[in-house]
Amino acid sequence: MIKLLIYIAIALTVVLLYQLMRIYQLSSEVKGKNIAIADEKDNRSQGRAALLFVFGFFIFLIWLIIRFKNDMLPVAASDVGKISDNLFMFNWVIIFIVFFVTTFMLFYFAFKYSKTAKNPTAYFYPHNDKLELIWTVVPSIALAVIIIYGLSLWGKLTGKPSDNALNIQLYAKQFDFTVRYSGTDNKLGTTNYKLIDDATNPLGMDSTDKNGWDDIVVHGELHMPVGREINIQCNARDVMHGMYFPHFRDQINCVPGMSTYLHFTPTITTDSMRLITHDTAYDYILICNRVCGSGHYNMFLKVVVDTKEEFEKWLAKKTPQFDAINKRNHGGAVAMK
Amino acid sequence: METHAHEATHTAEHTQHHHHHEHPSQSFVEKYVFSMDHKIISKQFLFTAMFMAFAAAIMSVLFRLQLAWPGQQSSVMHFFLGDRWAKGGILDPNMYLGLVTIHGTIMVFFLLTGGLSGTFANLLIPLQVGARDMASPMMNMLSYWFFLISSIVMLISLFIETGPASAGWTIYPPLSALPQAIPGSGAGMTLWLSSISLFVVSSLLGGLNYIVTIVNLRTIGMKMTRLPLTIWALLITAILGVLSFPVLFGAAILLIFDRSFGTSFYLSDIYIGGQALSQTGGSPILFEHLFWFLGHPEVYIVIMPAFGLMSEIISINARKPIFGYRAMIGSMLSIAFLAFIVWGHHMFVSGMNPFLGSVFVFTTLLIAIPSAVKAFNYITTLWKGSITFNPQLLFVVGAVSTFISGGLTGIILADSALDVAVHGTYFVVAHFHIVMGLSAVLAMFGGVYHWFPKMFGRLMNKKLAYWHFWLTFICAYGVFLPMHFLGLAGVPRRYYTNDAYAPWAKLQDINIIVTTFAIIGVLSQVIFFVNFFYSMSKGTKSSQNPWDANTLEWTTPIVPGHGNWEGDLPVVHRWAYDYSKPGKAHDFVPQTVPMEEGELDEGEHS
Repeated sequence: MIKLLIYIAIALTVVLLYQLMRIYQLSSEVKGKNIAIADEKDNRSQGRAALLFVFGFFIFLIWLIIRFKNDMLPVAASDVGKISDNLFMFNWVIIFIVFFVTTFMLFYFAFKYSKTAKNPTAYFYPHNDKLELIWTVVPSIALAVIIIYGLSLWGKLTGKPSDNALNIQLYAKQFDFTVRYSGTDNKLGTTNYKLIDDATNPLGMDSTDKNGWDDIVVHGELHMPVGREINIQCNARDVMHGMYFPHFRDQINCVPGMSTYLHFTPTITTDSMRLITHDTAYDYILICNRVCGSGHYNMFLKVVVDTKEEFEKWLAKKTPQFDAINKRNHGGAVAMK
Repeated sequence: METHAHEATHTAEHTQHHHHHEHPSQSFVEKYVFSMDHKIISKQFLFTAMFMAFAAAIMSVLFRLQLAWPGQQSSVMHFFLGDRWAKGGILDPNMYLGLVTIHGTIMVFFLLTGGLSGTFANLLIPLQVGARDMASPMMNMLSYWFFLISSIVMLISLFIETGPASAGWTIYPPLSALPQAIPGSGAGMTLWLSSISLFVVSSLLGGLNYIVTIVNLRTIGMKMTRLPLTIWALLITAILGVLSFPVLFGAAILLIFDRSFGTSFYLSDIYIGGQALSQTGGSPILFEHLFWFLGHPEVYIVIMPAFGLMSEIISINARKPIFGYRAMIGSMLSIAFLAFIVWGHHMFVSGMNPFLGSVFVFTTLLIAIPSAVKAFNYITTLWKGSITFNPQLLFVVGAVSTFISGGLTGIILADSALDVAVHGTYFVVAHFHIVMGLSAVLAMFGGVYHWFPKMFGRLMNKKLAYWHFWLTFICAYGVFLPMHFLGLAGVPRRYYTNDAYAPWAKLQDINIIVTTFAIIGVLSQVIFFVNFFYSMSKGTKSSQNPWDANTLEWTTPIVPGHGNWEGDLPVVHRWAYDYSKPGKAHDFVPQTVPMEEGELDEGEHS
């Protein structure tokens, strides 16, 4: 019934609008007014509106910056993140200068050169090679700087991790992340998706690989020591997932069937970040950033950056996966699949 | 010799068409439904695209409601989605992804590719190059009918039990390949792939026709250097489409094989639903490469016709020649060339080789140079003009503004090292909606206002058009400017709610601002629809050349019949931009006016 009323209301509105248009048009025709093509009055009023707009636009942008500045991500908490923030700032300066100047020129010229009695004719100006050369060359130089600066950071982000980096695996599935620490040998054991068993071996670790015997599997939290490079091997079980660390300014996709890698050094512990943000509950987070299904929006992992000592203490409390299985099944012997 | 041959073809064509005119009686169905007249086909594309865009806009309001007031009961939601997808007025998370996916697909393919190119290439190519119709009217008709069937299939997918495709408009496998992963990857995805395959057929039929018409059917004197920039833009767009759409078709076919016939082009080592799948050896990255090999040229397929409309409308209304005609052509050609070697900038986080990433950074940032040239040339065209503020001029100035604003944030996303900090967040959503979506939509509105008199012989109401422009333009920035800030706070796109992470709660105001502007913006389109449909039959009658323009379409009868010109085809003597040329009686000199002695052909020199 309500739906029917809505449809009737819509139909009546359409008829009403149509009639209003008709009345407006007929009355204008009687007065001999042109209601389709811009006249001098329109040129003047719309030109002014354009100028008004550009100021309103700038004010809105500045208001947004002031209002939400403090709700953006806090200072970068990794080595590469710091360079990233500087690079961002460098690009922003160039972008804002170009933005304000060109946008203002666009709307100001529209206002200034509107066709009025004072400005009845346009200036025939089909081209100027020198001007065009200038605005080809100047952006080229600016971009060359941006490219070189950007690629130097890209090299750091994607270069080889150092030898003493802490190797861990992040394993993504619908809709959570699992962490695997490589244990005392700092080597991750191999895995095979055919060995996956949700109850005993969620990552499909291969028990014939000795490197994996000391690997520790952790659910629900990712702990990292501050100041030590982390080398993350990323894998996915079912569909693609995104591994996005907003606070460390880095991300990569987790892709089924292949491994991808990410490395950085956390530079600020969770406790220090809580002081920086004046928020005693502030936490780093790892977010899934590649749409992966209905639970995508709830796929995240709490990230904790500890001091070296805290981290070692925390990790020492955990048991390697195979150790746990052995204790349960065989009372000590290594489980062989 | 070449010119002689050219003229000979044209004479032959003239006689043939005179012959045609002797059989004018066409049934209603031949004339308006299965029409081979490019002008009718153009309107068919426009109406279909307007309907599709209307549907996609409603979808955007629904998911924006969810994002501003997550999980709240809404009778609007229930009205549109019913018990199946909005039980108790609360949006289902799967349907949220479905809406996002279909909104993107419709806007990119059906409005801004099919709708924009389909409408204006069909309307303007024969009229502006001086041809009686497209090279192959039959192919042209088929192009529309494939487009319509494709649209219908896409809309049907919204009404099936498991819901529409919901893996995002980029349909990355394995998510799009596995119904176990998301219900939308069942029948919904099958329909999506069928629809897009039909769309590719439509696009190829249209594109080949546009190219052949522009190359072969230009009237006498219409040298390439005298073509209006609209035609240059549509030519380059068609070439881009012909070269890139088949790759999407290939990608879709391989995905269909993976989904239905057990192949593993994109699938490898997958464990899902408690079961290890047998497929190994495929790579989802292959799909990304194939998809973006179309996907990136695609954004230029969207923006290039907009460039053409912008150039033409700015020049006419500033009463000045477009500044740097040849530079404009050159910049479009270089953008088109670069468009094919930048696709990897969508894949900086895919895990592809970092060196390859560096190459894509370089090529991508190169595109900024011809883009900057275009922006500066538009601004210089306004400088010292005598600007008539017809509604289309406002829309086009708006489009230049969004092209600048959105283009500049592209510098950040093109820089791989910065991209990894904001990839996949609302920063990206804001960027591409402004630079591609808004620029193209605003230019398309401008095009509709400008060529409405050619389509229907009547003019639209300017007062309503001004209201339509300012509301649309202000709301457009109101929606997408604040979104950058969500992105800079690390909020990912395609999230059903943003309450997973506590610090984002402070940003909820942004979502409310965005949704409010979105609702007002969508509602203001009612002004356009009323103006459009009213003026179609009752608007002020147009004169022969309402905007005092130079191009050939204004030399036809006010409502041209099939064949466009009565009598002989017009002969062209000059470029399309002799506005306010010193020493002329009027501030415009149509292309059909012969050159005076010693007069410079600006198209050859600018």
